[in-house]
Amino acid sequence: MSAPIIRFDKVNKWYGDSFHVLRDIDLDIAQGERIVVCGPSGSGKSTLIRCINHLEEHQQGHLTVDGVELTDDVKVIDDVRKKVGMVFQQFNLFPHLTVLENLTLSPTWVGKMPKKEADEKAMEQLARVRIAEQAHKYPLQLSGGQQQRVAIARALCLKPKIMLFDEPTSALDPEMIKEVLDVMIEMANQGITMVCVTHEMGFAKAVADRVIFMDQGQIVEQNNPHDFFNHPQSERSRDFLSKILGH
Amino acid sequence: MSSDRIAPPKKKWSWRSQAFRALVYQIVAVAVIALLVLYLASNTATNMRARGIQSGFDFLGGAAGFDIGESLFAFDSGEPYWRAYLVGMTNTLRVAVVGIVLTTLLGTLIGVGRFSRNALVRGLCLCYVEFFRNIPVLLQLLMWYLFFTEVLPISTEAWRFGPFFLSKGGLNFPIPVWAPGQVTAAWGLVVGLVGAWFYRRHAQRRFEATGQPQSTVWAPLALALACGLVGWLIGGAPTELDLPIQGEFAIENGGALTPEFMALLLGLTIYTAAFVAEVVRGGIQSVALGQSEAASALGLNKGQTMRLVMLPQALRVIIPPLTNQFLNLTKNSSLAVAIGYPDVVSIANTAINQTGRAVECIAIIMLVYLSTSLSTSVLMNWYNARAAITER
Amino acid sequence: MTAQIFQAIAPRPAPVRTEGLVAWCKFNLFNSWGTSLATVLVGTALLLAIGRLVQWAVIDAVWVIDYNVCHAASGACWGVVREKFRFILFGRYPFEEHWRALICTVMLLALIVTSCTRACWKTWLAPLWLLVLAAYFMLMRGGVFGLRMVETDLWSGLPLTLLLATLSMAMAFPIALMIALGRRSGMPAIRSLCTVYVELIRGVPLISVLFMASFMFPLLMPQGFNIDVLIRVLAGITLFAAAYMAEVIRGGLQAMPKGQIEAAATLGLSYWQTQRLIVLPQALAMVVPGIMNNFISTFKDTSLVAIVSLYELTGAMGMAMNADANWRPFRIEGYLFIALIYFGFCFSMSRYSQWIEKQVNKSKLR
Repeated sequence: MSAPIIRFDKVNKWYGDSFHVLRDIDLDIAQGERIVVCGPSGSGKSTLIRCINHLEEHQQGHLTVDGVELTDDVKVIDDVRKKVGMVFQQFNLFPHLTVLENLTLSPTWVGKMPKKEADEKAMEQLARVRIAEQAHKYPLQLSGGQQQRVAIARALCLKPKIMLFDEPTSALDPEMIKEVLDVMIEMANQGITMVCVTHEMGFAKAVADRVIFMDQGQIVEQNNPHDFFNHPQSERSRDFLSKILGH
Repeated sequence: MSSDRIAPPKKKWSWRSQAFRALVYQIVAVAVIALLVLYLASNTATNMRARGIQSGFDFLGGAAGFDIGESLFAFDSGEPYWRAYLVGMTNTLRVAVVGIVLTTLLGTLIGVGRFSRNALVRGLCLCYVEFFRNIPVLLQLLMWYLFFTEVLPISTEAWRFGPFFLSKGGLNFPIPVWAPGQVTAAWGLVVGLVGAWFYRRHAQRRFEATGQPQSTVWAPLALALACGLVGWLIGGAPTELDLPIQGEFAIENGGALTPEFMALLLGLTIYTAAFVAEVVRGGIQSVALGQSEAASALGLNKGQTMRLVMLPQALRVIIPPLTNQFLNLTKNSSLAVAIGYPDVVSIANTAINQTGRAVECIAIIMLVYLSTSLSTSVLMNWYNARAAITER
Repeated sequence: MTAQIFQAIAPRPAPVRTEGLVAWCKFNLFNSWGTSLATVLVGTALLLAIGRLVQWAVIDAVWVIDYNVCHAASGACWGVVREKFRFILFGRYPFEEHWRALICTVMLLALIVTSCTRACWKTWLAPLWLLVLAAYFMLMRGGVFGLRMVETDLWSGLPLTLLLATLSMAMAFPIALMIALGRRSGMPAIRSLCTVYVELIRGVPLISVLFMASFMFPLLMPQGFNIDVLIRVLAGITLFAAAYMAEVIRGGLQAMPKGQIEAAATLGLSYWQTQRLIVLPQALAMVVPGIMNNFISTFKDTSLVAIVSLYELTGAMGMAMNADANWRPFRIEGYLFIALIYFGFCFSMSRYSQWIEKQVNKSKLR
C-alpha cells in the first residue's frame, strides 16, 4: 500500500496552557481518499484540518503532508501550502479585486505565471464551477453560493493535491447549499484528496470514503458512511447522530 | 379583465396632503430664517453707525501699519492689508503642509507600532496615544513654546549639532547657495520622474507577460534620483552651503526657523499624530483576519499579503478619517495667535484691533478655512466614490 | 473498515508552558533576534528617560514654599503648586468665597457622573440637569441668601471649565437633535439649511467662532442690550458643539434599520411619535460613545476661551504664574499640574466611553 498523503502521528495541540484541543490524534489519509469529519462544536474538527496547512500549529507529535513533515520552517510551510487548497466557512474572497483577479492573484505572484496564462487557467476553473460569466464582477456583487463557488475555484487554481473544506456550507442560505455541494461532488469524482468538515450528512453518504467522528479533541470513531450512520459503535456517536438526524 | 381607468384627480391645497404640508413648513422655516437675518443685519448696521465703525472691504487697500514677525516674502508696515493677509495665509500653509507630512509619518509609525510583536513597543505606542490625546492642544502648544523660550539657551550659548544651532532664537541650519547646478538638478529630477513613470509601466507589462517579478518601486525611484544626480553634475556639482555662524548677539547666515514656528509645528504634529495613529490602527484592524488567512493559504508570503490584500483594504478605511485629521491640524494652526506666530488668524486679530472692522475680518478668516475644508471634502468624496468596494 | 474500541483520553496540561510571566516575556519581548534587540534598546532608553524624570520630579524636587530654595535646587519646584493652586483652580474668584466655587465644581462633577451611570438614564435626568445648573448659577453669582455678589467676569478656573463644557453640551443637545432630524428630512429647504449650518461650522476653527461670538454678537443685538462675555462665549461654544453633535446623532439615525420606521408607520404613528417613541430611544443609545467623545473634545476646547479673555483653567494658570515675578521661572510645574488635571478628566471619560461602547455592542450581538 502506498504511503498515506497525510499522516497524523500522536498529534497534540493546546490553546494556552490548559485547553487540550487535539488529543493524541492518529490518522492516515490515503491519496485520493475523501474524508468527512463531523462532531459537536468545540470538538476540534476545524483545528484538525487547519493543522494540515499550518494555519494552526501543533505542539506535540508528527504531522506529515505528502512526505514532508510540517515544522515551523517557513520554506516547508510555503511548499505545503502550494499543494493544499482550502475553502473557508466565510468564503474570505478579496473584496477589492474582481473574481478573475481573486483567482489569478496566487498563480501570478507565487507561481510566477504570465498573466495571460493565468487568466486562461482561471477561466477554465470558473467554467468548471459554472460561474464563468461572473468573472469581471466583484465578490460582494454575488450571492453567497456564488461566492463560495468562486472560493472553490480560487483554491483549485493552484492545482492542489489536497483540498480542505472548513464547513463550506454553514454560512449559506438553504437554497444555495445544493449548488456548492454539487460542485464538491463533481470534484470528488475527479480523484482529488478531500478532507471536509461539514454537517451535511447527505454529502457524506454520497461521496465520503470514510467518516471521522470527533468529540472533545479525540477521534472517537472512523468508519465507512454506511456503517457509521446505520451502526454507530460508540455511545457518543449514537448520541450525536440522534441529535442531527432526529429533527 | 378590467379596463384601464384614469387616475383620480389629485386634491391640491388640502391640509391633509403630505406634499402641501411639507411646502408650508418649508416656506415658514425659510421665512423665519430670512426675517431673523434681516433683523440681525439691521441691528448690526445701526450699531456700527452708532459706534462710528465703517463697513466694507476697502480697508484692505490701506497701509497695514504693523510689521510681521516672519514671512516667506518681504513685508513691511507700509504694505496694504491684503498683502498682510497673504503673508498670514502663506504662514498658515507653511506650517500646515509640513505638519501634515510629519504627522502622517509619525502617526503611521505609531499606529503600526501598536501591532508590534514586542510588548515594550506596543506599550510605548499606547502610552503615546493616550498621553497626547487627552491634553488640550493649546496647553501642549504653550508647553512647547515654554521649552523653546525658557529651556533653550540664549543665542550666544547655542547648542550645536554639527552645522545646526539650536537656541532661543530658533533653529539655524545651512542652506545651499543658489547656483545653476540646482536648476539643472531639478530639471534632471523632473526628467527622471517622467522616465520612472514609463519604466514602471514597462516593468508592469513585463511582469504580466512573463510572470517574473519586477521592481516597480525601487528601480523607478533609483532612476529618478539618478537623473537628478546627473543633472546636478552637469550643472557643475555645486556644494557650497551658506553656513550659520555664531555672531556677536545672534546666529548669522544660514536659514532659520523661529521658535514660534518650531513650537507650533512640533505641538501640532505630536498632538495630531496621536489621532492619526488611532485612525491607522482602526484601519488595519478593520480588515478581517480571514483575509490574511486566505492569502496565506494561497501561498502568499507576509510582504505580498500586506501589499496585495491587507493594505488596499485598510487604506480605503483609513483615508477618509485621515483627511479629517489633516483638516483638524490646519484648523488647529489657528491657535498660533496664542504663541505669537503670525498666521492668518493672528493677522486678522491685529487688523480687527486696528480697524475695528470685525465682521469683514472674521468673514475673511472663515472664508479661508471654509474653502480649504470644502475643497478637501470634495476631493474626499471623489476618492470615496472611486475607491469604494463595489457591492450589490 | 471496522471501528476501534473507543477509549476516552483525559485532558493533559501542555508540555511547554505558554502562560505565566516567563513565557509571556519570552513570547512578547525576546522571541527573535530583532525583537530582543529592540527590547534591549528601547528598554535602556526608557529606563534612562524615566530615571531622569523621577530624579527631576521626585528625588531632587522641592516641596517647600520658598522660591529661593527652588532657585537653588535642580529638581522640580512643587512649592509653586502648593502656593498657587488655589489661584490656578479658582482664578479671579474672590478668595473668601472659594468654598462656593468648590461646592459648584463638586455639584457639576456629581451631575456628570450621575448622567454616565446607566441606572440613572430615566426621565428625571433632564429636570435634574436644569436644577443643578440653576443651583450652580445661583451659588456662583450670589446676591441672594446673604451671599456676596460675584460678577460673571470674575468666574474663572476649574468651575468655569466645567460650566462651559457641561452647559454648552446641555444646550447643544436639543439644537443638534433638531438639526440631525432636519438633515434627514424629506423637505429640501430644511435639509439644505441644516447642511449649510453644519458644513459651515465644521469647516472653520473654533477660535474663529469664538472671535465671532466675542466681536460680533454685541453688534447683532439691538442697541443698549449688553451681553455678558460669558453668555457670548457660551453661545459660541454651543453653536460649535451642536454642529459636531448633529453629525454624531445623524450617524446613529442612519444606522437605524428602515424597517423600524416602516413598522411604526403601519401602526399608525405620526412622524413625531415615531421619532419620540421608536427612533430616538434606539439611536441615542447607539451614539452615547460618540457624544462622550464630543464631550471630551468640548472639554479640551474650553481651554481656548483664554484667547477671548475668559480665564478658565488654562487662562487662570497663565494669569497666576505671570502675575508673580518670583515664581515665574517655574511655570513648567504649573503647566504640568493642569496637564495632569486635564489628563485625569479626559482619560477617565475616554475609558468610560470605550466601556459603554462595549456594552452597547454586547446588546447588539446576539
